Amino acid sequence: MSHSMRIHLKVWRQAGPNAPGRFESYTVENANEHMSFLELLDVLNEQLIKEGKEPVEFDHDCREGICGSCGVVVDGVAHGPQPRTAVCQLHMRHYKSGDTITVEPWRAKAFPAIRDLVVDRSAFDRIMAAGGYVSVSTGNAPDANAIPISKVDADLAMDYASCIGCGACVAACPNASASLFTAAKISHLAKLPQGSPERKMRVRNMVEQMRKEGFGDCSNHAECEAVCPKGISISAIALMRREYLKAATS
Amino acid sequence: MASKLDARIPAGPLKDKWDLYKNSIKLVNPANKRKHTVLVVGTGLAGGSAAAALGELGYNVKAFCIQDSARRAHSIAAQGGINAAKNYPNDGDTIWRLFYDTIKGGDYRAREANVYRLAQVANNIIDQCVAQGVPFAREYGGLLDNRSFGGAQVSRTFYARGQTGQQLLLGAYQAMMRQVSAGTVTMFPRTEMLDLVVIDGRARGIITRDLVTGKIERHLGDAVLLATGGYGNVYYLSTNAKNSNVTAAWRCHRRGAYFSNPCFTQIHPTCIPVSGDYQSKLTLMSESLRNDGRVWVPKKPGDTRHPSQIPEGERDYFLERRYPSFGNLVPRDVASRNAKYVCDEGRGVGETQLAVYLDFADSIRRLGRNKIEERYGNLFEMYERITGENPYEVPMRIYPAVHYTMGGLWVDYGLQSTIPGLFVLGEANFSDHGANRLGASALMQGLADGYFVIPYSLGDYLGGTRIEAASTDHDAFEAAETDARQRIGKLLSVKGSRTVTEFHRDLGRIMWDHVGMSRTKDGLEQAVDAIAALRDEFWQNVLVPGEPTTYNKNLEFAGRIADFLELGELMARDALMREESCGGHFREEFQTEDGEAVRNDRDFTFVSAWEFTGDPRTSVLHKETLEFENVKLSTRSYA
Ligand SMILES: Cc1cc2nc3c(=O)[nH]c(=O)nc-3n(C[C@H](O)[C@H](O)[C@H](O)COP(=O)(O)OP(=O)(O)OC[C@H]3O[C@@H](n4cnc5c(N)ncnc54)[C@H](O)[C@@H]3O)c2cc1C
Ligand code: FES
Repeated sequence: MSHSMRIHLKVWRQAGPNAPGRFESYTVENANEHMSFLELLDVLNEQLIKEGKEPVEFDHDCREGICGSCGVVVDGVAHGPQPRTAVCQLHMRHYKSGDTITVEPWRAKAFPAIRDLVVDRSAFDRIMAAGGYVSVSTGNAPDANAIPISKVDADLAMDYASCIGCGACVAACPNASASLFTAAKISHLAKLPQGSPERKMRVRNMVEQMRKEGFGDCSNHAECEAVCPKGISISAIALMRREYLKAATS
Repeated sequence: MASKLDARIPAGPLKDKWDLYKNSIKLVNPANKRKHTVLVVGTGLAGGSAAAALGELGYNVKAFCIQDSARRAHSIAAQGGINAAKNYPNDGDTIWRLFYDTIKGGDYRAREANVYRLAQVANNIIDQCVAQGVPFAREYGGLLDNRSFGGAQVSRTFYARGQTGQQLLLGAYQAMMRQVSAGTVTMFPRTEMLDLVVIDGRARGIITRDLVTGKIERHLGDAVLLATGGYGNVYYLSTNAKNSNVTAAWRCHRRGAYFSNPCFTQIHPTCIPVSGDYQSKLTLMSESLRNDGRVWVPKKPGDTRHPSQIPEGERDYFLERRYPSFGNLVPRDVASRNAKYVCDEGRGVGETQLAVYLDFADSIRRLGRNKIEERYGNLFEMYERITGENPYEVPMRIYPAVHYTMGGLWVDYGLQSTIPGLFVLGEANFSDHGANRLGASALMQGLADGYFVIPYSLGDYLGGTRIEAASTDHDAFEAAETDARQRIGKLLSVKGSRTVTEFHRDLGRIMWDHVGMSRTKDGLEQAVDAIAALRDEFWQNVLVPGEPTTYNKNLEFAGRIADFLELGELMARDALMREESCGGHFREEFQTEDGEAVRNDRDFTFVSAWEFTGDPRTSVLHKETLEFENVKLSTRSYA
């Protein structure tokens, strides 16, 4: 059987949006290499509840890296040390007994704190509502094969579309920019003929909404790409810029 | 009252029923649509697509979900694909075949008319999704690619890498956000429905809790659409997302909606095995893997050699052996049960010996590593991330896990429950999959219900019903809100010694052991008692930390586990009542000498529909007899 590990945690605790936050230290004695990082937090929480303390709140749902609910900064890195891995898929085999791990929420003006590790990412929904769709009402679509799309474009569109909207890109960016998130959707739809007719309006509206929400500008640090659990390329941001220029000059 | 179970299936030939229905329904005048408020609870594939389609029509939609964004619903996790009988590959598929496969796959425990309609509208779904920009996989010629998926002998499954659910959900979410921007849909994320409000016999509202502030709110509407997903988490460990639950459906059940076929659970054969007690959920490896992977265990019990050390001749490819024509592609229930049997014989592999191999070596030799990587790259990555093993080199280890619940609230042909004005969509209803669901057909059903069925049947209801003016001050709102508040107060005040998770885990163990892949009268009777006892203990000894007025996951979960503790008992009772083996429901007393399921069509060709009477112990069984006019009931044989 796998060995038991002792893990020390320094966790950001904050009772509410306006409450002051602080780090608290805890130790989990019976961690194990097969556990996921969130399972480690589960074990910690069971321990805290039994001690009559309040558990650490964090968002999570699918625990398989696809819903984008989870997201914490682990030792200074959004989603932790494993590349292309959401924190729910980070496994303890990457740590050793005795390690101390620091856990913090996403920090960005546009993501207000809720409690402990939970933040409000609803700004992303508003960016999507500003234009992240194709205006086609139900029931009128032509046959799915009516418009052939080159496999290369379809695959590229899929690369961009695989964004899970977790917000790691914002958390990692020194400017707290949402450029990678916004650009991923713009690029997904720009690559497809279905998304074309509205592309100018889309890029204008989504970019404007992104600014309104208080996200910063992109200054090419590429930290977003480095932490993206889906490995979305910053080529999306270049594409968004080109789309934006085209839209602005026409 | 027998009339409550009138399925209201339109007369006429099977293939014309849906058109006849659409021709005969009442319509709502376009100018009046915005005067109708529709409450859509749940915004996964079913609810998201419904909210979008109804918003487009001009209804005033309020949509609710638990997650912080509608884009995160459990539907996002679906990997494999979505079916439709487009017959693009020209391999002989037709709407009839898709219908027939679904009915047969469901072991003849679903309604013909619903399933036929599902097969009919499936093609429109694919068209709609492509128009929305869903990046389905394509061939070099630019046309859509299809693959064959568990149990089907034609290639009718559309997919977007291993992320089909994600792309379909994002399509529905985007369509819904377009309506949010148009002002027809108002979205309430991080909001949980705690109760249904019934006024004068009609569903007229819901009570919700804001999951950030704890605020309890009342919402009034002309109809309530429930699209709250499945209840697989009653087993604690399942492939469902952690927030998946039965609460919304169960609260409606308690208010008068009948619950159908609760015992029909799908146990999926290809999941990553359990590694320890702390395990919080199970991860599915898409069934599509069985297209190219071969399932085997050592012939000898207790053979602990490394798989590479076990020569061909000492391996048992047990699915290929027992089911030569379907081989590794037998339906899920058959594959799962067989995996359990070989493990019961001591031939399981891995540390826990509760696993079988899924081996890609032959396919890699035949097709090349690149082809396999193109097909399953992200699944292989995921497997390696979780287990630390590289499936290109070592066979995967897999084991069955609870995955999908075919049962759910009873609905008629128009998706209306036994409470007028309460409609149920997607996995939350019981309607289309009978006793077993085929791969890639849940996504199809969710989107069919939301995009193509509910816009008609809801219109028929609203157009044909005089909906009395009401307000949220009505006594029924008052009473439901008081109930919800008291329940929360009670959960927090027990202050016992065992956590919510501990109770959930205990319930899961009872369910898995006795209401799982293989069931017996004795086991089920034990389960009924054990669950009732656990439920009593829960209300005396649960320890829920924190406050009612903050983000408090344990409190959310406590309410959900309390409902699972009632549902679990009903599932066991339903399984006890159904003295036959069919689909996902396997009763050991009803099997052939070779261990194949024995269905009892004479006595059990019906849908069970349970009425709540105040306590799961005394729930009353009603039956909707299934009429098969178009297919002949035959033994489901995959040999
Ligand atoms: C890992 C996995 C892979 C799968 N792969 C496939 C596949 O390849 N093909 C296929 O066809 N099917 C697949 N399925 C099945 C399919 O994904 C689901 O059956 C389907 O997505 C369910 O959709 P839904 O809209 O009914 O519910 P869900 O997507 O579960 O959505 C439920 C919604 O209800 C909300 N909700 C729940 N309770 C409440 C409440 N009390 N108050 C407010 N809101 C509430 C949730 O927040 C959510 O928005 C898979 C399932 C799993 C688990
Ligand atoms: S919990 Fe869904 S991505 Fe991590």
